[in-house]
Amino acid sequence: MMELLLEPFGYQYMVKAIWVSALVGGVCAFLSCYLMLKGWSLMGDALAHAIVPGVALAYLIKVPYAAGAFFSGLLAALAMALVRVRTQLREDAVIGIVFTTFFAIGLLIVSINPTSVNVQSIVLGNILGISDEDVVQVAIIALVSLAILLARWKDLMLVFFDENHARSVGLNPLRLKILFFVLLSACTVAALQTVGACLVIAMVVTPGATAYLLTDRFGRLIAIAVTMGVTTSAVGAYASYFLDGSTGGLIVVFQTLLFLAAFVFAPKHGRLAARRAASARVSA
Amino acid sequence: MNLHRPVAPQLAAEGVPSITVEGVTVSYANGVTAVNDASFALGPGTICALVGINGSGKSTIFKTLMGFLKPASGLVRIAGLEVHRALKRGLVAYVPQAEEVDWTFPVLVDDVVMMGRYGHMGFLRLPRQADRDAVEQALARVNMLDFRRRQIGELSGGQRKRVFLARALAQGGQVILLDEPFTGVDVKTEDQIVGLMRELRAEGRLMLVSTHNLGSIPDFCDQVVIINKTVLAAGPTETTFTQDNLQRAFGGALRHFRLEGASLHADADDRGVTVITDDERPLVFYGERDHEKPAAGRKDEQP
Repeated sequence: MMELLLEPFGYQYMVKAIWVSALVGGVCAFLSCYLMLKGWSLMGDALAHAIVPGVALAYLIKVPYAAGAFFSGLLAALAMALVRVRTQLREDAVIGIVFTTFFAIGLLIVSINPTSVNVQSIVLGNILGISDEDVVQVAIIALVSLAILLARWKDLMLVFFDENHARSVGLNPLRLKILFFVLLSACTVAALQTVGACLVIAMVVTPGATAYLLTDRFGRLIAIAVTMGVTTSAVGAYASYFLDGSTGGLIVVFQTLLFLAAFVFAPKHGRLAARRAASARVSA
Repeated sequence: MNLHRPVAPQLAAEGVPSITVEGVTVSYANGVTAVNDASFALGPGTICALVGINGSGKSTIFKTLMGFLKPASGLVRIAGLEVHRALKRGLVAYVPQAEEVDWTFPVLVDDVVMMGRYGHMGFLRLPRQADRDAVEQALARVNMLDFRRRQIGELSGGQRKRVFLARALAQGGQVILLDEPFTGVDVKTEDQIVGLMRELRAEGRLMLVSTHNLGSIPDFCDQVVIINKTVLAAGPTETTFTQDNLQRAFGGALRHFRLEGASLHADADDRGVTVITDDERPLVFYGERDHEKPAAGRKDEQP
């Protein structure tokens, strides 16, 4: 039995998949704490889809895929800003139009030029088959982002909570917001490898949303979310060996299970606690 | 216009609480000029009301003082310093409107007040004992120590206000901007806030209060700045907060009653009562039309 459970660790590609997933899951979870508090969750989704054509082109012309992703993400952001300023359309419509357009272009490029990368690995991720160069890119992105977040998490919290006050203690809110979106874009690119474009949104929303139900303090929110992101990603990658299923799918299913558990059982904000509080009020 | 005119020396002194706004014009990116050629000056130990209708430029003045907007022309100094330098030194504290705050944000009362100390902390924002003491003192001063472990959304309207006042205290701000501090608080809390502001004034701090609550202004504000796209009048409450000036600022935007003659007096008294209000507490002028100074909405409780 033990032998069977340890079997995945005997394969180098499994070990690699587990630690890379855990790293990416952790840093995405860190970002999720901020994203879900601002109602910007769909921005993560839009970004993930918008970088697809860049990644496809990068593989086609053989440049680092992170560069292509960054370029097309930037282009999408500019396109969104342009449509937003020039029309009266609501934000969600603008995001919807731009990201589906970019995603469609990406799919077209990949389907017309079936090169080293196939549609499936971009849309659904392919952590089990990740190349060594990609591992290096992902690891650098994740570690640098994590270091910056650990150093600046309080400043970012302040900006997200109260921009005026942030200014009054000498911070520059605009600069910190730009920093946040650069980190978000970078981590979305990294997460593309593990769970694919479609499921990146879960990585940058669910852990934060789950932790939100469990604590009233921002520091703990981050600790819980990151722990959850790391664990679910590692376990998801590990379990995919046995189930022979999609790693991304498993990771997100595990995250959803934890979210549901928190939704029902959270000591203060869960449904059971709410029901207890309600019946206590009635009997009081 | 000479923008380099030296300001009064006691106002220009660095670090001493003061606000100097001279010939300031602020325009938004869409070309709309929100404030045109506004000027006023305030010194230490002052509570000043900033009064005007919605859209008169109150929030533009606040944003300019907080460095969010840069004036197209004119000069703004806080404690004798350019705005960004005053902010860097932690001289300016801001107490936000209740609607501006995300009350579902996962922070405790303690955490919010500690945010006031960030300017005093190092690169990683690790609190030292001095920071913890400052938070404790600030909470004690607004009488909120018992609530320090509560998430901010669990507090009442008055308690919420006091938390943000405590943050301004912990920050040690010498110039405190308060945006509509009395909206949605009961009279008891309002009295507490006013009492605290009087203490801070006695310590030499400068408070600029944007408020719709005209009736209570004569109670606690010693200065008033009345604006409508520019500064219409600025100066001591007694001489500035007059019916004339308010009518110029508010025009038809306020409810305005006048009671006199038989509807007010049983005898042949020719004095009348003028009531101006856009909020729960009306401003009452009693006596000859236009020439009296305002009567307070209620008795001043301070000795």
